[in-house]
Amino acid sequence: MGILQIIIVLAVLVLLVKPVGSYVYHVYSNEPNKTDRIYGWFERFIYMLIGLKHRNGMTWKKYALSFLLTNIILVAVGYLILRLQKYLPFNPSGIDNMEETLSFNTIVSFMTNTNLQHYSGESGVSYFTQMAVMTMMMFTSAATGFAIAIAFVRGITSRGETIGNFFEDFVKSHTRILLPAAVIVTLVLVALQVPQTLDPTLTVTTLEGATQSITMGPIAALESIKHLGTNGGGFFGANSAHPFENPSPLTNVIEILSMWVLPASLPYVYGRFAKNRKQGWVVFSAMMTLFLLFLSLIYFSELRGNPAINALGVDASQGSMEGKEVRFGIPQSALFSAVTTAATTGTVNNMHDTLTPLGGLGTLGEMMLNTVFGGKGVGLVNMLMYAILGVFLCGLMVGRTPEFLGRKIEPREMKLIAVAILAHPFIILVPTAIAFLTDLGQGSITNPGAHGISQVLYEYTSSAANNGSGFEGLADNTPFWNITTGLVMMLGRYISIIAMLAVAGSLVRKQWVPETVGTFRTDNKLFYGILIGAVLIIGALTFLPAIVLGPIAEHLKLG
Amino acid sequence: MNKAASLPGSTGASYAAIALRASIVFIILCGIIYPLVCTGIAQAIMPHNANGSIIKDSAGNAVGSELIGQTFADPKYFQGRVSSIEYNGAGSGSNNYAPSNPDMLQRTKDSIEAWKKDNPDVPIDRLPVALITNSGSGLDPHITPDSAEVQIPRISKLTGLSADQLQQLVDKHTESRDLGVFGEPRVNVLKLNLDLQPLLK
Repeated sequence: MGILQIIIVLAVLVLLVKPVGSYVYHVYSNEPNKTDRIYGWFERFIYMLIGLKHRNGMTWKKYALSFLLTNIILVAVGYLILRLQKYLPFNPSGIDNMEETLSFNTIVSFMTNTNLQHYSGESGVSYFTQMAVMTMMMFTSAATGFAIAIAFVRGITSRGETIGNFFEDFVKSHTRILLPAAVIVTLVLVALQVPQTLDPTLTVTTLEGATQSITMGPIAALESIKHLGTNGGGFFGANSAHPFENPSPLTNVIEILSMWVLPASLPYVYGRFAKNRKQGWVVFSAMMTLFLLFLSLIYFSELRGNPAINALGVDASQGSMEGKEVRFGIPQSALFSAVTTAATTGTVNNMHDTLTPLGGLGTLGEMMLNTVFGGKGVGLVNMLMYAILGVFLCGLMVGRTPEFLGRKIEPREMKLIAVAILAHPFIILVPTAIAFLTDLGQGSITNPGAHGISQVLYEYTSSAANNGSGFEGLADNTPFWNITTGLVMMLGRYISIIAMLAVAGSLVRKQWVPETVGTFRTDNKLFYGILIGAVLIIGALTFLPAIVLGPIAEHLKLG
Repeated sequence: MNKAASLPGSTGASYAAIALRASIVFIILCGIIYPLVCTGIAQAIMPHNANGSIIKDSAGNAVGSELIGQTFADPKYFQGRVSSIEYNGAGSGSNNYAPSNPDMLQRTKDSIEAWKKDNPDVPIDRLPVALITNSGSGLDPHITPDSAEVQIPRISKLTGLSADQLQQLVDKHTESRDLGVFGEPRVNVLKLNLDLQPLLK
């Protein structure tokens, strides 16, 4: 039953890729289509409100400037709300203003689509903040990521000077994808018992006569966009393990599909833009292959259980249940963990800190590669970056100029790609090393031994990959962690995005090289193998030493 | 194909103005209107669910939420999973113990010792691991069906209720997998104990 339920979810996902991908393609292709009649009037109203008079294409520099300006302004406004929430409405529990470094961390975290949470939702933010900052940024950061992925795809698949209009893409991401989907998923979740209320905490007298306080709030509305936007920031500290956020296996499946279907359909969207759907399916297959490797690692490690507990003589046949919920068991927990770190959502339905060493390695590995589906857009962009790298490597081997989608790949593009590829391990491993050199970092470790290394490594990997989940035992609400992870999240998001927009800007202006018999094809099985190879070799070479010190050492010690 | 935007006004300053106005529009649309509209619809058509699935006893008093577990200290009741936060619904979470953490191992050993003392009739090789591990949320409302069954001998001895009667209660409250396939079979401890309570008097 365990494997069967996983296969059913995978099958539903694969069936959704084409219809959802086609819809997304039509949203951004900017060709007239049926949905204009439904959304057109509303979009024109928004364009008027924001003063967008003409929707001409932008060069990559203007596109980057527009998205950066929008993000900076949202960060500024959000920061002010966090610092002033005490004086704002919808604060029935009387929650105080947030401290400076925590506010910095929180606002960067939400703007970069990371949703690393060093605060606790129950006690750290008011309902107004949950709505006007958290929920709002879950939309806007996802829309930003979506827009950029599409702009990148336009850059590598079309010809001219421009890669689209950021503001138009940004508005359409909301009106045609995120808002309608979020409303539907919200109502489905409420139907399945997720609360959505503005009432304050409820106090009841339990069956045994004790008093129990139960915190609720506008949860469902946050829950839907949390997954659709691959954000992952929970309403509660326990995130999607909390029974109010995720009350049943059915809501669990809906949350998994919500966070997965948009990233998974982007390769198909890319295939449509490239006028060669096989290109898209090759990328999708490579992603799915890597995903299945990691999922199997997590599932079988958790099913095998914790040797230390198994040795105590209890009935441990269910697997490692520490930090997991009974309603999900091992299969729904393992699948959720694999998807949340693949789609860089960062929502968790079980505590990743309590995963068996190899299960934890599975989640860590997906974030280190950062290409297995990936968050809103970023995963596809990263995978295409590896595709170009793969073409380049093959070109070197046979001694001819590498081409990708009919364009020559030259030093300028390769330099930018090298920057983007190297930035990721750099901003993970360097801060991890720094954390171990200082008491400020070491003092926060709560699990002794090799697992302590994993805790720190996970924190920075999650920040750099803009995932946001954590080995949450880490006592990370200190100025040291708030500031360092805040910086890592910013670098993790913006370096690669700007570098890849520059690549798109450079490719879009190139002459197309006619396809000949000698052209290296990027839509066949050989390229599928090269793509997986490039990702695994680069990822393994970079991170293996760190992994050996953390999860692998812990695994060997546990036996 | 794509033409560059060279119209007047496409400068950094005008982009900043659009960005500012867009930020305000989306804060209001996504941050205020969207959640309030969702709250309105949810409250109008599904008030029970939207307000936390509160359970009332026969006298009509709220005794808890069916989704949130409770502490049952009295051994006459079925007990839930380990919760480091004592099922405090104003918080959530766990100790986040790593599988190699000695404190976690000690806690588990203590749970096993306590089990041996309270349940001498059930050997520990029948004690399901789910019952002595901390849930992720600390609020897990469920236990596995076998976690409920192994508690029957103890409750039967303390209350004088027959094992058959208790088994029937457990069976009645055993929920199967969602749609027959997703998740795990489970027993809601609060609902089960709510049915057990009148029999204790």
